[in-house]
Amino acid sequence: MKNLLKKKTTRTDFLTYLGVIVVFVIMFALQQGDMLKNSTQGMLVPVCCFVVMAVSLNLTVGILGELSLGHAGFMSVGAFSGIIAAMSLEQTIPSDLARLIIAIVVGAICAAIAGFIVGVPVLRLQGDYLAIVTLAFGEIIKELINCLIVGYDENGLHVMFNLSGKLSVENLNMTENGVAIIKGAQGAVGVDKLATFPMGFVLVMLCLVIVLNLVRSRTGRAILSIRDNRIAAESVGINVTKYRLMAFVISAAMAGSAGALFGLNYSTLSSTRFDFNTSILVLVYVVLGGLGNIWGSIIAAVVLYVLPEALREFNDYRMLAYAVVLILVMLATNNERFKAAPSRVIPKRRKGAAVNG
Amino acid sequence: MAKKVFEKGKMVPVPSHSIIPERDLYKSPILECSHLGIDFGGLAAVKDFNITVGRTEIAGLIGPNGAGKTTVFNLLTKVYHPTRGTILVDGMDTAGKTPAQVNRMGIARTFQNIRLFNNLSVEDNVKIGLHNQTRYNALSGILRLPNYWKQEKMAHESAMELLSIFDMQDLAGHKAGSLPYGAQRRLEIVRALATNPSLLLLDEPAAGMNPSETVELMENIVKIRDTFHIAIMLIEHDMNLVMGICEGICVLNFGQIIAKGTAEEIQNNPVVIEAYLGKQKEG
Ligand SMILES: Nc1ncnc2c1ncn2[C@@H]1O[C@H](COP(=O)(O)OP(=O)(O)O)[C@@H](O)[C@H]1O
Ligand SMILES: [Mg+2]
Repeated sequence: MKNLLKKKTTRTDFLTYLGVIVVFVIMFALQQGDMLKNSTQGMLVPVCCFVVMAVSLNLTVGILGELSLGHAGFMSVGAFSGIIAAMSLEQTIPSDLARLIIAIVVGAICAAIAGFIVGVPVLRLQGDYLAIVTLAFGEIIKELINCLIVGYDENGLHVMFNLSGKLSVENLNMTENGVAIIKGAQGAVGVDKLATFPMGFVLVMLCLVIVLNLVRSRTGRAILSIRDNRIAAESVGINVTKYRLMAFVISAAMAGSAGALFGLNYSTLSSTRFDFNTSILVLVYVVLGGLGNIWGSIIAAVVLYVLPEALREFNDYRMLAYAVVLILVMLATNNERFKAAPSRVIPKRRKGAAVNG
Repeated sequence: MAKKVFEKGKMVPVPSHSIIPERDLYKSPILECSHLGIDFGGLAAVKDFNITVGRTEIAGLIGPNGAGKTTVFNLLTKVYHPTRGTILVDGMDTAGKTPAQVNRMGIARTFQNIRLFNNLSVEDNVKIGLHNQTRYNALSGILRLPNYWKQEKMAHESAMELLSIFDMQDLAGHKAGSLPYGAQRRLEIVRALATNPSLLLLDEPAAGMNPSETVELMENIVKIRDTFHIAIMLIEHDMNLVMGICEGICVLNFGQIIAKGTAEEIQNNPVVIEAYLGKQKEG
């Protein structure tokens, strides 16, 4: 253990995990002790979701070095596929936890498939096409789900596209036991609120392990090399398309899992919740937290998600305070001297880390 | 078309345009280019380029600026796809291959304008070169299975060993972009070597180096050839280096080979003197 911690990267990873665990334990204890305000209580799961969103987008934007403007689209795919999975299995699998896990897995898989479909044609090309295509993808997904009608009865799933705008759940011709899951523009309705804070924590930890361990492996080095110098990466035999696609699909899958958890945290959910603004919001977390800097993403996501709520009391000064915090976060995570501060405390630090954990 | 005259184990005479050293004469050459050419916007940047490089040869490619030397390297490594001609690496045609595939076939290179992974450590740069030498998939990496630890240990040891060629082990933790110019050039060579090539292409390896560094580099190039038993082809303007270590030299001017031969032959060739060396003397 001591030997391992000598490496700066390993130490940063370790501190990142430790920080997340400590914060979770404190918040969980407060939650169990009923010491949290209702508004804080309601933010626990969404904060976890947006931490996962930020960490996963950092894989695409910071580590792979490709701009993605449609990350909320993958969250949306994960949310609605997760909701459909959870609700249609209500009779078959009574355990809430099991259904939640299945929903998250289904959400991740569906988002990964969407990521693959978006990525295959785009990531073969050189240039910044990904930004444009993901932007379009986010909007298309939003509109598609807007006219999606899904219901479930003993005969199975009923799916319909309300392209004309005249159809409704009645047109699904379900038996009288049928339940509507997604009602077009209304979005998902009557969703079981299966999401729990501990599950959010588990998801955050899982994504952290995936991203951090990936970066420190042969695969992660290949991805980083593409960001740094694509031509040089090719010249040492790295299959650029393969690794770009791999990073992008993993990133999409994690966004999907976050979406599924997010979706199962509310009784109703409309696809407009995952619009362009949401994508940009997550991008702001990543950029302010520092490209390639995972703990930066976590802090930025938590602070910037919680802040607007916390600042409600200040009313007039709310936006001013928000701006000040934005600047502080940017300084804390992107300034070399600021970043070096924690490692200066621990002597004998090794220089030249690839990516700051 | 690709004439595949070389077979393993058979003694086959090498084509007449070859400048292969005697010790390689009865082995199949590592590189054969025939009638290689490329046009940029209708203009031929390289035309009718024929060359054969032996297994353990140090070959030089010289010529005035803009002659097309770097373009030849880009053709060999498939950064550009040739308009005409064929390239055989170890007897295999490289038509339709990508730069990464050509690297796996055995060609590694450095760049005239250095292309390191500047934000990564020196060690990581070499480990990325070792990418296809290490074998574990993304999942073993994420789950840190025993194979991951074993292979990573091997990669670390190989990287250090390769860095020791240029006495660079101490720099392993530094960012590649923060190294001095000469060290960056050396690191690029180490990274290329890490891909386990049979042919190493060096594009102006001594550029920006001082005379003593250049002498050291010359010795190291020979040392690399002798330890790894590979062929090295280099582009260089430093005539002491080229004449000192290249067994075969090829002179390019306006995209065409104007002379081929040993250092002595090149130095005494009137066409070369006029096109290249002569100019240098005047200037
Ligand atoms: N991608 C390209 N597009 C157009 N012209 C090019 C390209 N690459 C090289 N050339 C031209 O080919 C010629 C040879 O260039 P180069 O191979 O770099 O010369 P050098 O012998 O100095 O390495 C130059 O005239 C250059 O302008
Ligand atoms: Mg050149």
